[in-house]
Amino acid sequence: MAKSKTKKPAKSKAASNSASNPSIDEMKELYREMLLIRRFEEKAGQLYGMGLIGGFCHLYIGQEAVVTGINSVQQKQDTVVTSYRDHAHMLACGMDPKGIMAELTGRVTGYSRGKGGSMHMFSKEENFFGGHGIVGASSSIGTGLGFAHKYKKDNGVAIAYGGDGASNQGQVAECYNMAALWDLPILYVIENNQYGMGTSVSRSSAGSLYKRGEGYGIPGEQVDGMDVFTVQAAARQALDYVRSGNGPYILEVMTYRYRGHSMSDPAKYRSKDEVNTFKNDRDPIAMIKGMMVDGGMAEDDIKVIDKEIKEIVAEAATFAQESPEPDAHELWTDVLVEVDA
Amino acid sequence: MPTNILMPALSPTMTEGNLAKWLKSEGDTVEAGDVIAEIETDKATMEVEAVDEGVLGKILISEGTQAVAVNTPIAVLLEDGETANDIGEVDAAPAADIPCVPEVQDSDSVTQTSNDAEQHAGATIENRDILYAQGVIIEPPPFDEASFTDTEEVTVRVALRDAMAEEMRRDGDVYLMGEEVAEYNGAYKVSEGLLDEFGAKRVIDTPITEHGFAGLAVGSAMNGLKPIVEFMTWNFGMQAIDHIINSAGKTLYMAGGQLGCPIVFRGPNGAASRVGAQHSQCYASWYAHVPGLHVLAPWSAADAKGLMKAAIRDPNPVVFLENEMLYGEKFDVPTDEDFVIPIGRAKIERSGADVTIVAYSIMVGKALEAAKALEAEGIDAEVINLRTIRPLDRFTILESVKKTNRIVSVEESWPFSGIGAEIAALIGEHAFDYLDAPLARVCAKDVPLPYAANLEALALPQTEHIVNAAKKVCYAD
Repeated sequence: MAKSKTKKPAKSKAASNSASNPSIDEMKELYREMLLIRRFEEKAGQLYGMGLIGGFCHLYIGQEAVVTGINSVQQKQDTVVTSYRDHAHMLACGMDPKGIMAELTGRVTGYSRGKGGSMHMFSKEENFFGGHGIVGASSSIGTGLGFAHKYKKDNGVAIAYGGDGASNQGQVAECYNMAALWDLPILYVIENNQYGMGTSVSRSSAGSLYKRGEGYGIPGEQVDGMDVFTVQAAARQALDYVRSGNGPYILEVMTYRYRGHSMSDPAKYRSKDEVNTFKNDRDPIAMIKGMMVDGGMAEDDIKVIDKEIKEIVAEAATFAQESPEPDAHELWTDVLVEVDA
Repeated sequence: MPTNILMPALSPTMTEGNLAKWLKSEGDTVEAGDVIAEIETDKATMEVEAVDEGVLGKILISEGTQAVAVNTPIAVLLEDGETANDIGEVDAAPAADIPCVPEVQDSDSVTQTSNDAEQHAGATIENRDILYAQGVIIEPPPFDEASFTDTEEVTVRVALRDAMAEEMRRDGDVYLMGEEVAEYNGAYKVSEGLLDEFGAKRVIDTPITEHGFAGLAVGSAMNGLKPIVEFMTWNFGMQAIDHIINSAGKTLYMAGGQLGCPIVFRGPNGAASRVGAQHSQCYASWYAHVPGLHVLAPWSAADAKGLMKAAIRDPNPVVFLENEMLYGEKFDVPTDEDFVIPIGRAKIERSGADVTIVAYSIMVGKALEAAKALEAEGIDAEVINLRTIRPLDRFTILESVKKTNRIVSVEESWPFSGIGAEIAALIGEHAFDYLDAPLARVCAKDVPLPYAANLEALALPQTEHIVNAAKKVCYAD
C-alpha cells in the first residue's frame, strides 16, 4: 500500500502477500495463533451473552492478522501496550487463555485477580503493559516504555497499539514529537478498523493516519492488515528500522472488525454488504487456511489444529466459570504498594 | 530635574535582588534601551535597561550589594545641562511599598521551626494502607525527628534540589523530566546544577506537552524507571490529570498488584503573587480525592527535603505540591542523608492547650504567626503541619482536638470539598463529643483568584483570618 517517506528510503510494497514463500510450519503457527484469537473471542462473546462477562467487552474478530503478524517478528525483550480491544494482544504475547478468560468473568484466577476486567490486564513476565481504557493513553505509555528501553540500553522496542480513533487524540501528536525528538525505540501501530465506535475514519480524520508523523520526520506506512504475511513483512522491516536506533515508526494496518465496537453495539452505521465483503473475501484466517491447503497440507491435519484450539478455549471457559470470585478482602488490597511502616 | 533609577521588580514574586554589576560608570552618557546593570533575582540574572536618555550622574547602590529592595533608588540620571551638584538628598528607602507582595523572599532570616513540641511516637502497623482505606484511625508511622540534630540553613528551593540530587546519586533509575528543568536550571531554579551533575540522559528538558510527557513518564515507570516529573506549575499539570489519576493512580489495583507505578509528579502549587486565576490554584483536594495516590505538601525546607526523599523512594505514585512563595525561605534542615520523613505523618509544630490549628504548605507559616498573635491575647494554640494530605494523619488531628476541644482548619484552597471539609467530616465522625465549639474553616474565598492587589489579598487567607477564626471557636471574639 502506501508509504510516507522521511528518513527511510522509499520502497513500494505489494498490496498482498509479500512474504517469500512461507513454510508450512510457519503458516501452521500463524494459523494456530489467529484461530486461537478468533475462537477465544467467539467464546467471550458467548459468555457475555450468558451474563458471565460484564461491562464492556471489545472483540478482535476480523483483526487477527494484525497482532499475530507483528508478534511473530518481535523479540523477547520488546514491550507491548494497547488500548481496550486487548484480548488478542495478550494471547499473542503468550499470556495464558485461562487467566485472561477468568479475568473476563471477574474471577480471582484472572490476571488482575478480577479487579481489572476486559480492558485492564497486565503481565510483567510477558512484557505486556495493558490494557488501557482511555483512548490515546497507550501511545503515551508506549512512548514511555520505549524511553525506558533506551535508558536501560536493553535493545528492546516498545510496540504501542492504538486505533484509528485514537490517532486524533492530542497526546498521540505530543508523543510523536517527543519520540522523534529523542529517537525513542517505538513502533506505533495504528489498527485502522475504519470505525472509531460508530464514526468512520472519513468522518473523523483529515488526511492519512500513517502520514501524521511526517511533520516530525517519522516514517509511516500503510499496509493490508487482512493478510498476516504482509503485516509480518512490514513489521519486520519497521522493527529493524526502530531497533537500529533510527527512532520511531508508524505502521497503519488496514483491518476490519466483524463485530460491533463492543458487545452492546449493533453496528448499524455500516452495511451488511460491507461486513460480508470482508468476512467472505478478505478473512485472514480463511486466507492462510487456503494457502496451507494449496501448499499441500491435508484438511485432516488442519482439523487437528482446530480441535486443539477448541479444547484450549473450552478449557479456558470452564476454568473461568469454575474459578471463585475474589474474596471480599480483595476489595482493599493493591490500592498501594504496602511499605513497612 | 535629576531622575532616580529604581530597583526594578523583575519577576512576580521578587521583593528584592542583588545588584550584580554596573555596566555604566558615573559620567557615562546613556540612551534609552542601553543596558546599564545586571540584577540577580530569585530566579535569574537579568539585564536592566535605561528607560530614558541622560548622563549617569551618581551610582547610589554599589555593585555587589545584596538584597536591595524593589523600588530603592539605585542611581541618578541627569538631564542635559544638569550636574552632580543638582542631585539633592536621595532617600535610600524604597520609593513606595508594593502592596500585598509577600514578606518572605530569599531573606537572610531563617524561619525557626521548633522541635520542642512533643510528637506522637507512632507505631509500625501492618496493612496500614488497608486500614486507612477502611477509615480506621491508626497511629502515624514512627519517626524520631528530634534525633536529627545536625542541621544547616537552606532555602526550600535548595532542599528540594538536594533531595533530588541525593536520591539520583543513590539510584540510577531515578531521572528528572519537565519543561526547562535542564539547561535553564529550572523555571524556579529548583533543579539548578542537576544537568551538570547528572547529564542530559537523566535531566531532560521536555517540550511544552504536559499530557504527553506525563504519560510517557508513567510508561517508563511501568518499565522499570523512577521518574520525577516537574510541572512548571500544577496549573499546567491539569493537562496531564488523566495520566496522573487513570494511568499512574489506578494501575496497581487494575493489575491485581502485579504492576505498579513509582513516580513523583512535583511542582509549585497554589497562588504565587499577582499571576491571576489560571496560575493560582491549589490542587490538594483534587488529588487527595484519589485512592492510589500519595499527596504531599511540604512547608519548611526540612519538610521539603525529607518528604521529597520519601516521595522518590516510594514505590507508589506521589503528587508533590510545592509552593513558589516558599522557595526562597530559609529553614534549618537536617544534614543526615537518611532524613526521610514518613509519608502519612503530621508534625506538631507548636504545642498548645486551647485550640488546634491544622494547616499545610504555606499556611503553616501563617498559622504559626497567628499562634504567636493569639498567645499575646492569652490563647494557647496548637499548630499541626499536615505534611501529607493523603494518607491524612487523622490520629494526630483527633488527638489534638480531644485535648483542645476546638479546631480551625486553614488552607489556601477553596472551601467547597476542600481539605478543611474533609477535616470537618473527620471531626464530626470521630470527635463530635469532644468539641466545645463548631469547627471553623479558613480558606480562600470561593471565587477565581483576582489580579488586583487588594482583591487578591482579600481572596487569600491571611494571618488575621486565622486569628479571628481561632478566637471565634474560643468564644473570645
